[in-house]
Amino acid sequence: MKSIIDIMELSTAEIDELVSTALDIIDNPAKYSEKCRGKKLATLFFEPSTRTRLSFEAAMYELGGNVIGFSEASSSSASKGESVADTARVVSCYADIIAMRHPKEGAPYVASLNATVPVINAGDGGHNHPTQTLADLLTIHKEKGGFENLTVGLCGDLKFGRTVHSLIAAMSRYSGVKFVLISPDELKIPEYIKTDILDPKGIEYVESASLEAVMPELDILYMTRVQGERFFNEADYIRLRDTYILSTEKLAVAKKDLCIMHPLPRVNEISVGVDADPRACYFKQVLYGKYMRMALILKLLEEAGK
Amino acid sequence: MIIGQIKDGIVLDHITAGRCMDIYNILKLGEMSCTVAMIKNADSVKMGKKDIIKIFESIEIDLEVLGYIDPGITVNIIRDGELVKRKKLSLPEEVTGVIKCKNPRCITSVEQELPHKFRLTDAENKVYRCIYCESKASSSHE
Repeated sequence: MKSIIDIMELSTAEIDELVSTALDIIDNPAKYSEKCRGKKLATLFFEPSTRTRLSFEAAMYELGGNVIGFSEASSSSASKGESVADTARVVSCYADIIAMRHPKEGAPYVASLNATVPVINAGDGGHNHPTQTLADLLTIHKEKGGFENLTVGLCGDLKFGRTVHSLIAAMSRYSGVKFVLISPDELKIPEYIKTDILDPKGIEYVESASLEAVMPELDILYMTRVQGERFFNEADYIRLRDTYILSTEKLAVAKKDLCIMHPLPRVNEISVGVDADPRACYFKQVLYGKYMRMALILKLLEEAGK
Repeated sequence: MIIGQIKDGIVLDHITAGRCMDIYNILKLGEMSCTVAMIKNADSVKMGKKDIIKIFESIEIDLEVLGYIDPGITVNIIRDGELVKRKKLSLPEEVTGVIKCKNPRCITSVEQELPHKFRLTDAENKVYRCIYCESKASSSHE
């Protein structure tokens, strides 16, 4: 595991190991506070993503390390026309590990082919975002005690939502997992997720246009944002944006131990009133994301040092 | 016209009927000075109809490209009038510079010097995906 570009590069055993490290960090933060003393993380963000960048930076600081980098392409050499490959080679001379976000799909993979230090994909366009999935997995593990025998509802933009696709791929490796796919017709899950992931493994799934109808059976409800930037037509966006809004009323029929997740930022798909519900886990999910990034940085640096 | 016996050269046999011109163009045989004969719609016990290309010179052939375009082709190498080698092609695991990634969000769309590389992900359905963005290759080859 030199670099991590796609969540599926991690075996379930490796995910278990990262979860176990993250849990230990949560319980014993002082034990880890000097683990990365003298190490530098380069955060190369070719497009702005405050949340992910801050999570990586907080993770490295809490490990006792330092951070260098840039937060948008205009302040990097990319604005002068430097290739991703050259940037990766150059930054390898300064940093011990790289976290890269890039608007173009495959850019972090190109970086990993050219860097001499580990590269973590911090999101490449609509393609992969493995550390978000790691955050999701730790949240599920913390709230549910494991990954097996869960009914996972995914709601909203299932067509363009990369976090949904990655989570389905990652969760499909555990037994007894059932998916409930809740979306309007226009934003249904792409066919290839069914033909390439769900059907070959014989994983049970149902598609529903109604959130209320399936709510009582869910153990996890993963809400997503309908992203305006994916639409060419403003009217379509406005109409679909308001299709599913999770409210305290809708939650009345949900299980008492439902775990409500959201990769954030939210627009209006979860009413603010839900925040006070003990089943709302989306802010804890942000915190878990930092712990999983800490575990991942540790693991990659440890393997790079071998 | 009589198509003579090859002394040194290559016979591409079992080409899917109707594809010999594609192969001719992709291997850039038109740009070479050697003699080339193409037989279209020849009778074949195995295939019903097939195309054949005879190249009357020993040239380098990109078997990766050929395997991607028409994996059923048999490549026969002729030396001194004798068949010295027969290669059955198969789908290559990777092809470089044969297919162009058409995903406008792929890193190859902005970094011109990156090789367009595709990996075989489903041999049964001949699915190749871009190694960078994982988009499926479209059926046409460019």
